[in-house]
Amino acid sequence: MEFPADLKYTQSDEWVRLEGKVATLGITDFAQDQLSDIVFVEVVAGVGTALQKGKAVASVESVKAASEVYTPAGGKVIEVNEALSATPELVNSDPYGKAWMVKLELSDPAEVGGLMDAGAYRKHCEERSH
Amino acid sequence: MAYIPHTDEERRAMLAAIGVGRMEDLYEAVPAEVRFPDLDLPEAISEMEILQELQDLSEANLDTRHFASFLGAGAYNHFIPSAVDAILRRAEFYTAYTPYQPEISQGTLQAIFEYQSLICNLTGMEVSNASHYDGATALAEAVILALNHHRGARRKIVLSPAIHPHARQVVRTYMQGMEIEVVGGDRLENDSRALAGLIDDQTAMVAVQYPDFFGRVEDFTALGRAAHAAGALLCVSVNPLPLGLLKPPSAFDADVVVGEGQTLGIPLSFGGPYLGHFTTKKEFVRKMAGRLVGETLDSRGQRGFVLTLSTREQHIKREKATSNICTNVALMALASAVYLSVMGKQGVRRVAELCYHKAHYAAEKIGALPEYRIWNTGPFFHEFVVACPIPVAAINTALLDYQILGGYDLGQDYPELKNHMLLAVTEMNSREEIDALAAALAEVGHA
Repeated sequence: MEFPADLKYTQSDEWVRLEGKVATLGITDFAQDQLSDIVFVEVVAGVGTALQKGKAVASVESVKAASEVYTPAGGKVIEVNEALSATPELVNSDPYGKAWMVKLELSDPAEVGGLMDAGAYRKHCEERSH
Repeated sequence: MAYIPHTDEERRAMLAAIGVGRMEDLYEAVPAEVRFPDLDLPEAISEMEILQELQDLSEANLDTRHFASFLGAGAYNHFIPSAVDAILRRAEFYTAYTPYQPEISQGTLQAIFEYQSLICNLTGMEVSNASHYDGATALAEAVILALNHHRGARRKIVLSPAIHPHARQVVRTYMQGMEIEVVGGDRLENDSRALAGLIDDQTAMVAVQYPDFFGRVEDFTALGRAAHAAGALLCVSVNPLPLGLLKPPSAFDADVVVGEGQTLGIPLSFGGPYLGHFTTKKEFVRKMAGRLVGETLDSRGQRGFVLTLSTREQHIKREKATSNICTNVALMALASAVYLSVMGKQGVRRVAELCYHKAHYAAEKIGALPEYRIWNTGPFFHEFVVACPIPVAAINTALLDYQILGGYDLGQDYPELKNHMLLAVTEMNSREEIDALAAALAEVGHA
């Protein structure tokens, strides 16, 4: 299980990469492992829409369950990963890379500061996977 | 293995396990005076006697075997080849319950797959689900699909007034408490152009019927364009049988095609069980309720069938489900698949042609009667509206003396159409029957 050190993590298993004001969002290795084979990803936030913290940005469906992906910080959607609708399996094979879901221009990048770092998130996962 | 599931010994063990002395003690919460009430039932009679009694009862019905029927309005009297029943009554199909371990039931899956393929062929759409309970439910599910497609951001549905009134009622029932605005259906004069005028940036879907409730056949291409221009979906509710003859609804760029499939080999049987067909474009398949069977190859390269989209409401989406319907009417879907296979492309077209020509012959005969007027002005399929000189209920009662079941009283649903009768003519109506209807109407209309 990978926990890249340059990312921030949420309780609900999203990862965030912050570069300036731009945050890239996806779901973690732990999340994809728990969901098993991902068969459908729908990015529901369109480019240009303003999202508040906690709003759904994508919907992920596996052979076992459906779940929503939420943004941990408010901002404007500047790019969505169109490739995921045709190749949802990228979420399984490359959750931190090719399977990024949306890019947001954050209104307040400091909101990301309160999220977990890799070490804290690893612990959060270990607590749930006994 | 003992065939009797619960032996006395097992019952005793179960009662002991829960600390109850006798079975009767389980009913203690029920007041004694209502626990075993005396039922006022007649004396027991023999099987021979009861069969006779039931036979007498059923003969009190005015059925289509003894009466010439011109009643349609969503349920139609068509010929059903014997092969349909012969296959349906095979125990493998007839007694099978929903396939919870689906891939073990290859026959059931194949039957559903064939049904889906045939319905797609008829409607011209890309994907079909395994069916819904009836046409009205399928229409309501189409509305749910549209609302979810827009993720709740659009809360208005435009319904044509020429959609079956019962189906519109079911849609309204589904939408209760959801704060969805359902417009358009309450004004008879809302034609395609008026419906297009009701579409705005809040509209999730526009739904029409084809042929419509009054039998009219209309090209909905312009309406579809207007819907799409506003980002709304177009749903067309169809009777699939005339599609053997008419342009398929896919030609209007419909996003969802639903409807009542009773016309495909399913008897009238007092209103059910019927068949709700549901097809859509591939892009909406994840928003579709129910299940979808697909064809694949197994590990040995042999053809097999799988639940490509399983009962996702139950197993996958659960509390995130957008519909609470996972079930389908597999036996009715099979009936329609057998019907379509037996009739073939030419056969279905021939039935549709017979319906069309006989209905037009009837409209011509009735339109020539001075007391009656044909309300339809444009093209129609096998149903048409007749303006009558006296109330429809009175005409229908009088027609019974002529061994004729008259048409549907439109005044029940459309106040503007008081004294208007909706007549349906199918391949089952002979020319003699149609002539007899016209003659009877002439006599009845004088009264």
